[in-house]
Amino acid sequence: MHRFICDFLLDIVQNSFEAGAPSVQVTIEEDAGRLACTVTDTGKGMDETMRNQVLDPFHGGSSKHPGRPVSLGIPFLAEAMRETGGQFHLSSQPGQGTTVRFVCDLHHVDTPPTGDIPGTILLLLSDARAGEVSVFRSLDTPKGRGSYRVTKSGLVQELGDLRKGDALLLARAYLRSQEGELERWKVERRLVLSKGEDYDT
Amino acid sequence: MTLEELRSLREKGEKAMAKRENAGKDIQVIVGMGTSGIAAGAKQVVDCFLDLLDQKGIHNVLVSQTGAMGLGVEPTVEVTAPGMPATVYEKVDKAVVEAIIDQHIIGKKQVSDHVVHPAEN
Repeated sequence: MHRFICDFLLDIVQNSFEAGAPSVQVTIEEDAGRLACTVTDTGKGMDETMRNQVLDPFHGGSSKHPGRPVSLGIPFLAEAMRETGGQFHLSSQPGQGTTVRFVCDLHHVDTPPTGDIPGTILLLLSDARAGEVSVFRSLDTPKGRGSYRVTKSGLVQELGDLRKGDALLLARAYLRSQEGELERWKVERRLVLSKGEDYDT
Repeated sequence: MTLEELRSLREKGEKAMAKRENAGKDIQVIVGMGTSGIAAGAKQVVDCFLDLLDQKGIHNVLVSQTGAMGLGVEPTVEVTAPGMPATVYEKVDKAVVEAIIDQHIIGKKQVSDHVVHPAEN
């Protein structure tokens, strides 16, 4: 359903925004073989019944989609991780917020491409529904390690209203430059088809 | 790019904006970014708006996102502009983004082929 890993991430974080979470922390940690994304919010949390409902692709969120029983972001993500050798974990308690963590096996042949990380971070930070958003991005490979952290409040302090086109363009350029600093540590994905068969991308 | 460099770029941009005649009369572009919107390409629509507005020198547009609009014709974009009715566009791609900018934002005329009509959805 989603073409890129970043699309899944954006979808999950939007759940936190729509639930009115005052703050959301996002980590995007990559090494030579895995991409791990964690989304932790300080929203109202979910009880066991609701946790089971959000994992059910046939259960709709009535407040989000009146008249249309669809709410597929989390079920699709969980399924995508199952099908590609990844991991998915959701934890939440009423009054204690929610954490969603998924880990992608970058060597699996069916794992989607990563997508536009800086563009996704820009959308997370500029979303007017969001309270405070903090994003930590890291890359750790045999070539070396790099990371950057950016917050919504930090960008707003520097650029003002993040809805303004000029501010968004500057923020996008800044995020692309930060991501660009990590390029030197990236390694080629080596897709594994089956035991003994693999090829470079 | 460091934060200091970013701040310097912003300050330069603000001085240029202060000279523009249409500053302050903001137009709003709101892109539906629900699960279906993301899957249909709404992220790319946001990028298209940013790039084309900058290329055409239009700086009084606020670009933001909302959740799913629930219309089933994603990507969807709502445009509100002074003197025009609030308009929701459907199946927006790069060509439609350019048409919205040229016809709706600049030309003050709706892009009729892509307007969502409430009775049909």
